[in-house]
Amino acid sequence: MIEIISETKCTACNQCVNVCPTRVFDRTDGIPVIARQEDCQTCFMCELYCPVDALYVAPEAETPSGVREEELERSRLIGGYREKVGWGPGRTPVAQHEYLYQLYVKTNFG
Amino acid sequence: MSIAHARHNELSLEADVLIIGGGPAGTWAAISAASRGAKVILVDKGYCGTSGATAPSGTGVWYVKPDPVLRRQAKESRYALGGFLADNRWMDRVLDQTYTNMNRLAEWGYPFPLNEFGEPHKRGLQGPEYMKLMRKLVKKAGVKILDHSPALELLADEYGVGGASGIRLETGEPWTVRAGAVVIATGGCAFLSKALGCNVLTGDGYLLAAEAGAELSGMEFSNAYAICPVFSSVTKTAFYRYATFYYEDGTVIEDAGSQRGRSVIARKLLEGHRVFARLDQAPEDIRPLLRVSQTNFFLPFDRAGIDPFRDLFEVTLRLEGTVRGTGGIHITDETCATKVPGLYAAGDAATRELICGGFTGGGSHNAAWAMSSGTFAGEGAADYALKLGQRGTGRRLRGLSSQAIAGRQGQTPQRTAEFIRAVQSEVMPYDRNLFRTEERLNDSLVRLDGLWRDIRSSSVPLTTDAVKAREAAAMTATARWMYRTALHRTETRGMHKREDFRTLDESQKHRLVSSGLDEVAVRTEQVGKEAALV
Repeated sequence: MIEIISETKCTACNQCVNVCPTRVFDRTDGIPVIARQEDCQTCFMCELYCPVDALYVAPEAETPSGVREEELERSRLIGGYREKVGWGPGRTPVAQHEYLYQLYVKTNFG
Repeated sequence: MSIAHARHNELSLEADVLIIGGGPAGTWAAISAASRGAKVILVDKGYCGTSGATAPSGTGVWYVKPDPVLRRQAKESRYALGGFLADNRWMDRVLDQTYTNMNRLAEWGYPFPLNEFGEPHKRGLQGPEYMKLMRKLVKKAGVKILDHSPALELLADEYGVGGASGIRLETGEPWTVRAGAVVIATGGCAFLSKALGCNVLTGDGYLLAAEAGAELSGMEFSNAYAICPVFSSVTKTAFYRYATFYYEDGTVIEDAGSQRGRSVIARKLLEGHRVFARLDQAPEDIRPLLRVSQTNFFLPFDRAGIDPFRDLFEVTLRLEGTVRGTGGIHITDETCATKVPGLYAAGDAATRELICGGFTGGGSHNAAWAMSSGTFAGEGAADYALKLGQRGTGRRLRGLSSQAIAGRQGQTPQRTAEFIRAVQSEVMPYDRNLFRTEERLNDSLVRLDGLWRDIRSSSVPLTTDAVKAREAAAMTATARWMYRTALHRTETRGMHKREDFRTLDESQKHRLVSSGLDEVAVRTEQVGKEAALV
């Protein structure tokens, strides 16, 4: 579930407040807050839509993991999903990756 | 509740067509209705573009070129698995419409991968990309979108449905949309199991439709469970075809698997075993391809420091209910109309028996159904509403909720949470929902009927707390349609498994149509000879 809004990276654009399907975030005068963490369905969509990689959704769906931002920076996990999906300036969407067609040829998947 | 007078701070709008739900079916319905010249409003409980089961993941699509041999194979591939309840004519229509819509997506800018001839390869869609594009197309078509605006009840007069009302979650203000026709595209019901993207899918549309007098079909086909790492929400089951399953001590569980061996996993879990998996049967050369084709499948593993090709990880089965089941709102004609004038259903909110009988076995049929039924329903609703013309507005409408919705006081969030836990404890256990018996179904129904009476008599406050209160009601009603219908089908067919009737009974090759709220009725509907794939 959602664990981190990086105070140093967040620009208070409130995109996460807008796109979260289960309305986990609330607007404030400053950067948004995680207001209802227990409603998070661990779908990772907020992370994908965050333009500055300020969010981190931990893989644990049932319980908070207590992960810390410094660890994530070291392990380069924060922002990693958006990079893999190919969203963001200068990136190519994974949707058109040649491997998708190669996988179909080899396995009939996709 | 009368809505003759606008309430304080109420947002009050008019349209020809109101779409409830902004996933694939709802967005296709919206652009299809707008293309007929209708004024369209789309409301979503979450956010159109991220809501629902499709947005967070990749999905295959039942895209088959119009070649008679290929089409024939496509239709036959799951006909027996579905218990012979699919309809040949509907399969043809959906294959045609899906082919058209996927080609449109390529024209409209979806970034398909290219084949060796440099042509787009259109057999799948990446959810985030697909739904971002759909939102853009909906807005471009001039459709007004209200995000975070769940519908709480439909509005109707003696001539049929004429709109809906609900609440805006960010401000707590009520909204009302008067419309000549309404399309329900709210998805299926996964009972807040945290299956990927499914926690907005709580059967809301079934309840809205049933309160208006619509029927449901195939609700016995509602016991889909997905293989999932215990710690995670990612219920993508396809890659488990490469898995071996193990006991705690590392010995192999024979016959466990993702296709027909899922019951074996459930039985081991019921016996108290922990079950582990490893994708060790995936050939080395395709592993990098798998990683790219479903990035979100690997995301939780990467973050948890697990290599699913080499490390054992503990798995469970998470309920997907009717999301990957096939039951839903009963469709009465080719426009995806319901029996209630002005009310249409599309996507997982509608029955998918027409194309896959009692078993889906994967996202590709559901994705094809969503875009096709969305198109049929959007066009049908637009034509109906435009024919109504001026008669569509100025109607004296009343709210149809079976629970009182008013005031600021009502059912507390604590009470709602109790209701939700109570219904989950009847539908989640494998020995109740996956493996069914008359005794256990009746046992659950006694409690579910009591739960429904409690819910029915408690009032829902017109505040943001209303959303979960209505979800609890919808899930309880859904569970009762599921289990009443499951009692009637005294055989094993499609995904419906009766431990007391273990084989398919030729004489029950019909559909089961359920309806009603306080009293649930079940009737049989014959599958016509002309529907058969022979």
